Amino acid sequence: MKRVYLDYASTTPTDERVVEAMKPYFSEKFGNPTSFYSFAQEAKEAVDKARTEVAGLINAKPDEIIFTSSGTEACNLAVKGTAFRNKNKGKHIIASSVEHFAVLESLKWLEKHGFEITYLPCDKSGIVKPEAIEESIRDDTILISVMHANNEIGTLEPIKEMAEIAEEKDITFFSDACISNGLVDIDVEELGVDLLALSAHKMYGPKGIGALFIAKGTGIEPLIHGGGQERRLRSGTENVPSIVGFGKAADIAKKEMKSYVLGMEILRNYLIEKVLRIESTKLNGHPEKRLPNNANFNFAFIEGEGLILELDFSGISASTGSACSSPTLEPSHVLTSIGLPHEEVHGSLRITLGRETKKEEIDYLIDNLPGTVERLRRISPFKGGFDDYVKGTEWKGGHKHV
Amino acid sequence: MYSEILLDHFRNPRNMGRMEDADGVGKVGNPACGDVMYVYIKVGKNEKGKEYIKDISFETFGCAAAIGTSSMVTELAKGKNFEEAENISKSEVADAVGGLPRRKMHCSLLASDGLKAAIEDYRKKQTEKGE
Ligand code: FES
Repeated sequence: MKRVYLDYASTTPTDERVVEAMKPYFSEKFGNPTSFYSFAQEAKEAVDKARTEVAGLINAKPDEIIFTSSGTEACNLAVKGTAFRNKNKGKHIIASSVEHFAVLESLKWLEKHGFEITYLPCDKSGIVKPEAIEESIRDDTILISVMHANNEIGTLEPIKEMAEIAEEKDITFFSDACISNGLVDIDVEELGVDLLALSAHKMYGPKGIGALFIAKGTGIEPLIHGGGQERRLRSGTENVPSIVGFGKAADIAKKEMKSYVLGMEILRNYLIEKVLRIESTKLNGHPEKRLPNNANFNFAFIEGEGLILELDFSGISASTGSACSSPTLEPSHVLTSIGLPHEEVHGSLRITLGRETKKEEIDYLIDNLPGTVERLRRISPFKGGFDDYVKGTEWKGGHKHV
Repeated sequence: MYSEILLDHFRNPRNMGRMEDADGVGKVGNPACGDVMYVYIKVGKNEKGKEYIKDISFETFGCAAAIGTSSMVTELAKGKNFEEAENISKSEVADAVGGLPRRKMHCSLLASDGLKAAIEDYRKKQTEKGE
């Protein structure tokens, strides 16, 4: 069967060149970078080189990069590490309502430990207004967290403006860039952020490795204690092969980003144009300020899990924010935050392109989609609109997502 | 995740579509919490004068499990008298489709509730007529 993978925001394949770079560090140059003897030096040098490469991707200094086990860990470290370091200064944290679960769940946990969180609303394209930050800042605010780009709808946030506000008030500013690394030019100096999370497997690196940029002078508490690796901020023997792979992936992204992003964007725009020709279809997110590989659609009157399953039968991999497809049976918090009612979140479809996505793959999706949507709409009781049915009906039955 | 039977009912739903001259219509679920099912029935009388489901169809806005179990419930109910039809439980529907993942059990409740609601609607209309 034809296989068309269009869920690159979920994960990417590891670049062959990355795999090659990693290979020697499993069985051959397996030394522990912390060890003193010369054999281990090879490993240490490889880690140093990778740190320089990852730093280079975001215009940071090598000693501002801490390797972690994932982007999620980097987010946990940023949020909880800042909270614990500053808990005597204050207990108030500001975060956007569309953050990734790695941030949101960390915040929820902090709430249980006495911290207070203010969630910032966003407009209907997913953009958090810098003014909203200004209004929410209190004397005891210790951290502001706004993601660099949204993982579901691809909206790029005005990080620079927000980081400036934080800087003025001397509040730590964190941005999760796990979804945008390798897709957008990120310059931490220019952005003015104090903390920034990165993830390798979203940019053709291996899974299980992430990094946190910590600007000089930004204090955070470690979450993992032990042998004192990574400047005591993240103990545990370095995952040398993965770190090397991350470095290589960062190096490739830096060198090749301009060329592959351009092709991606053209193809993505072509996809959007074609898909919007399907009746009662909308684009979620911002028309321009979005990741170059992201398209998020909304097909009225149908449900996304069925849509994903149908596409899967045709060999196409994509994702949805529908409640029915989530393990918690909750609709996507991002799509509800941009003001979509539950029944509309139901019909969402996220398509994310990769570097190697070809036009024929997009055409294959474009050929499949209208028929699939049409078939599901034939099954749906809602044909022309939700309103007339919804209003005049007294709903029976207690079918609720809990 | 889904059984072959369920996938078959999802892909080739039986008795699907609106019934314009239905004797009873059951509307269950709620678009505001996601999922909705409409069940349409046509009622006949058997030799003993007992009412039974002569024809049935459905429309569903929901996941693959909701669509698949909707289709199955119409198959199970067709030709049954009211008592039998009302006794079709959600687990019976779930079993008939070859089992459901735990978090999808509530989708089969939608199907069995929809059927009951259609019968109820028919009865209500009958009493209204009688009045
Ligand atoms: S209808 Fe929502 S989970 Fe089945």
